[in-house]
Amino acid sequence: MAKVIVLTSGKGGVGKTTSAAAIAAGLALRGNRTVVIDFDVGLRNLDLIMGCERRVVFDFINVINGDAKLNQALIKDKRSDNLYIFPTSQTRDKDALKRDGVERVLDELKDNFDYIVCDSPAGIEHGAITALYFADSAIITTNPEVSSVRDSDRIIGILASKSKRAEHNMEPVDVHLLLTRYSLERVKKGEMLSVEDVKEILSIPLLGVIPESESVLRASNTGTPVVFDQESPAGRAYHDAVARFLGEQREMRFLKSERRSFFRALLGRA
Amino acid sequence: MAGNLVQGAVFTVMVVRAENLREPTFEPELAQQVRRSPRFFLNAPVVLDLRGAAEFTREAEFVEAREVLRRHTLTLIGIQNAQSAQVDAAAGAGLASFAPNATQPNRPRPIEAAPGAASASGAVKSRLVTEPVRSGTQIYARGADLVIIAPVSPGAEIMADGNIHVYGALRGRALAGANGDVDARIFCSRLEAELVSIAGHYLVSDQLPPEQRGLSVQIALVNDRLTIERN
Repeated sequence: MAKVIVLTSGKGGVGKTTSAAAIAAGLALRGNRTVVIDFDVGLRNLDLIMGCERRVVFDFINVINGDAKLNQALIKDKRSDNLYIFPTSQTRDKDALKRDGVERVLDELKDNFDYIVCDSPAGIEHGAITALYFADSAIITTNPEVSSVRDSDRIIGILASKSKRAEHNMEPVDVHLLLTRYSLERVKKGEMLSVEDVKEILSIPLLGVIPESESVLRASNTGTPVVFDQESPAGRAYHDAVARFLGEQREMRFLKSERRSFFRALLGRA
Repeated sequence: MAGNLVQGAVFTVMVVRAENLREPTFEPELAQQVRRSPRFFLNAPVVLDLRGAAEFTREAEFVEAREVLRRHTLTLIGIQNAQSAQVDAAAGAGLASFAPNATQPNRPRPIEAAPGAASASGAVKSRLVTEPVRSGTQIYARGADLVIIAPVSPGAEIMADGNIHVYGALRGRALAGANGDVDARIFCSRLEAELVSIAGHYLVSDQLPPEQRGLSVQIALVNDRLTIERN
C-alpha cells in the first residue's frame, strides 16, 4: 500500500522543500517508486530544487482540474528511474487546491508509487492543511530555534486534530522530527537549541539531524538533491534519516560533545 | 439642529445566562462574586442571554429578573438571543434587544469536557488528558478538575473550573478556578509557564520567581495573591 508522507513545519524557510527533495530521492535510491509533489501553489520551487524546471509543461492544478492527465504532468528524474516530480502551478493560488481533486489525484498516484512525498507550503492555512490532510506519515521539519519549534508544535497539533486520519478516527498520523540546519558549534556557544531541547519540547521521535552545510546550498542552486552528494555530511544525514524512516537502526551522527545549551541557559538551569 | 442625534458607540457589557438566573444557587454565588470586586460590579450594565430559555415571554418575568440583579448592584439593560415573543415582552419591561453572537468572539471553541460529568461513585469526574497539549490548542474542563499527564507546550492554554494538575512540564498558560473558585490550585511537575491564573489573579512568565522555574510546584491563591510553593 502506497504511503503518503508530508513534509511540513508551520514556519517558512526551515528547509521543507530541500528535505522533501532529499527524502524523496533517498527513498528512490533505495529502490522505492517515489513521487514528490509540490503543494506550494503560486510559489513553485520544488522543480528548481530537483533541477527539472525547464521540463515543466502541465502541473498539479491542471491535473486536479482535469485539464491534463497524470502522466502528462509527472516529470521523470534524470538521475533515478524510480523518482518522479510533480510540479505545481506558479500562476494560481492555494484556493486551486480542492480537497476532493487532491484526493482523486493521490488515489491515482497510489496505484503507481510506493511513496508519495508532499512538500507543504508554510503556514497553517488552506494550502498547508490540504498538504497534510491525506498524510499517513508526517516529517516535521524544524530548525533548532524557538520560533520554529513552536510552529512545529502547532502543526503537530493540527495533524492530530484536522488530518483525515484524525477526522475519521483512524490510527493517528505517524509523526517524525527532522532537525535541519543544525550547527554543533552554535549549540556549544548557546546560540541554538540542542537536539535534546527540541526533542523534549516536541516529544516526538527523532528521524534525523541535518547539519548546517554548504553542500545543501550548493545542491539547491544546482538543482541536485543533496543525497546525490555522497561526500557531504548533509547528504549522509539524509540517507540516515531515510533509512530510519524505513525502520533501520542508525546511530545519530554530528551530535558529539554537547554542552550547556541556549535553552537551558535561558531557563536558568545548569 | 444639524448632525446625528444618535451616534454609535461600543461598550463592554456583562452577560448573564437566563438559565443560570433560574438556579437556586444563582443569588448566593453572584453575591459572592460581587463581594470580591464590589466596585467593578457597582451599577454595571448587564444583558440577559435568553439562548435556550423557554420562559421569559411575560413582562413580569423581566421585571423580576431586573430586581434580582438590582439586589446585587447590577443594572439589567437588555436581552440577547431572544425569540420574538420574548423581545416583545422585554420591550414592555423597557429592555433593549441586542444583536446575537456578541458574547462569543469569533474564535474556535475550546475542546470541552462533558458538562458536570459525575462518576459512578457520585464524585465529580476530572478531565484526563494523556497526549501533549500542543501550541494553539485550548482545553477547558468545565465544572471539573483537569489532569494532564503530558507536557503543555508554549502557546497552549489549559483551563479548568477546578484544579489543574500537570504531570509534565507546564510551558503554556494555565487558568484554574476559571469560574471564580478562589480555592482552586495549579500543580505541575515543572514550572515553565507563560502565565498562571487562579480565579482571575494571574502571574505572567516575567513575574514568576526565577528560582522556582523548572521546579515541581503548586500555586494557590492566599489573601488575593498567587503564591508558589515547592512540592
